[in-house]
Amino acid sequence: MRASGARWPTYALLIGIVLVSVFPLYWSIVVSSRDQQSVGSYPPPLVPGGNLWDNVVAAYEQGNFGLALLNSTIVAGTITVSVVLTSTLAGFAFAKLRFRGRDALFGAVVATMLVPTQLAIIPLYIMVTQWFGWANDLRGVIVPALVTAFGVFFMRQYLSSAVSHELLEAGRLDGASTWRIYWNVVLPLARPGAAVLGLLTFITYWNDLFWPLILLNTQNPTVQVAIANTAGGIEVDYSLVLAGTVIATFPMVIVFLLLGRQIIGGIMQGAVKG
Amino acid sequence: MSRTALREPSSVDRRRLAEPSDRRAVWRSRLYRWDVKGSPYAYVAPFFLLFGVFGVLPLAYTALISTTAWNTRRPGSEDVSVGLDNYSALLGDDNFWNALVNTLGIGVFATVPQLLFALGIAHLLNYKLRGRLALRMGVLVPYVTSVAAVALIFNQIFARDFGLLNWLLSPFTDAPIDWRASTAASWFAVSAMVTWHWTGYNALIYLAAMQTIPYELYESAAIDGAGKWRQFWSITIPSLRPTIIFTVIVSTVGALQLFAEPFLFDTTRNHNGGSERQFQTVVLYLYQQFWTNGRYGYGAAIAWTLFVITVVIVLINFLVVRRIRSSE
Repeated sequence: MRASGARWPTYALLIGIVLVSVFPLYWSIVVSSRDQQSVGSYPPPLVPGGNLWDNVVAAYEQGNFGLALLNSTIVAGTITVSVVLTSTLAGFAFAKLRFRGRDALFGAVVATMLVPTQLAIIPLYIMVTQWFGWANDLRGVIVPALVTAFGVFFMRQYLSSAVSHELLEAGRLDGASTWRIYWNVVLPLARPGAAVLGLLTFITYWNDLFWPLILLNTQNPTVQVAIANTAGGIEVDYSLVLAGTVIATFPMVIVFLLLGRQIIGGIMQGAVKG
Repeated sequence: MSRTALREPSSVDRRRLAEPSDRRAVWRSRLYRWDVKGSPYAYVAPFFLLFGVFGVLPLAYTALISTTAWNTRRPGSEDVSVGLDNYSALLGDDNFWNALVNTLGIGVFATVPQLLFALGIAHLLNYKLRGRLALRMGVLVPYVTSVAAVALIFNQIFARDFGLLNWLLSPFTDAPIDWRASTAASWFAVSAMVTWHWTGYNALIYLAAMQTIPYELYESAAIDGAGKWRQFWSITIPSLRPTIIFTVIVSTVGALQLFAEPFLFDTTRNHNGGSERQFQTVVLYLYQQFWTNGRYGYGAAIAWTLFVITVVIVLINFLVVRRIRSSE
């Protein structure tokens, strides 16, 4: 820890950086609260106008956003539950159990974190649409993402320090099976880490574009697919396009405002132990 | 954990357990052995099964498809094996080389400033600050914004007519800049999106690592007369070595897979990445071959080639970054 306190130039710089970070989102609100005419005027308007609600409603109706929001919630929610459960289980085994080949298998998990799986898009598309018949089907978006290497890695790091060997030994001496120990001892202790993993996973899959864009069409989109579809063509009405991004971003901004501390803690925790 | 494992039944135990009345005990001891030796595999199995089916299998299958003439417009072509023809065609494909150069160029412009900014911001956040949480959250806002939203917002900022940036620049330029038209301008615009999106996230990762550096290191350096700048170079940077290696590798892999930003920046949606393909990345070219043209075999060859290129570049980066002097 650096103990030295900051002086005003540090604050000035940091506040400048925060302004740059926040400005594009502010700008999306400015543009989406105007009509097309004032968006296309010089100098551009720098403060929000009064049309935000009208534009959001118009974008909502044009872009199939009702279904899109529902779909994104289902997709990100299901993936989050599955990733948290499978990662906690595997993370527990890697952190606290001894078995042959453990280190090699964990090495494989770490290596797969770096494999750019989106390169396998063509066979994945063939498998999901032709073998499983999930073209334009949410199951096709969800099932390939039910486990993540990052999740296993994250929970393994978390559980190594969160669960003590003494506690596990006490469980063993009482004659509890591994499963009982997992269920009664490990899971309650895993909860804070699992919550952070859940948050990071939810954000990632709420924001995912590449795979849903390929699998889903405009009749059955996620929010990211819906906003990506609003912006094509030559005559772009930016006030409507950015109203769409406001709809897509708003839920995550709310989550971030409520749980920012946990999200930051999770990112920093994963970093140190990684 | 070996301390907690029950000792194996001795031969005397076994003879006793063999009595019919003790069959339950035999069962319990077998169950116990399975529980200790076998059950860990059951716990990691869901991950490996699903990852095998949806991660490893498709990668292997990509290699197989890349040796076929599979084209969805020619029925039956999936069974036509062409050996390595797709790869030799790729080597002579100007559009592929163009996409590769774009990817590497945008990758450098997006990754290098991003990580340098992140280091600087982490350094600032590492002071004792009032409103620490608010400042950290402010820096992290771009991370929770989706790439699609980032690209669309920046599309407006970089619009030729009535875009915000051209208005800001108008006192210095004769005519509005068409940010999509030239290689340099479009690379700058796409890199700006990537940099804005990821800098704060990397800053927090560096900050976490900086906080583990013992303060005494700085104190003794200060006593030895090292200024702030010298301390940053000879204590902070070397201590961050593993973290820097990690972020460089992750950003490199990410940069080589760049898709959403150029995909959305090209509002014509013909996936050329600009009129002269000036910002078409390899994955955008892959998407175009696969999705627009139905060329599965050729697309798979692009994918495998990029995979190999990614591995090579990551290894080179790793070897270069590893040379940062480690902390004494």
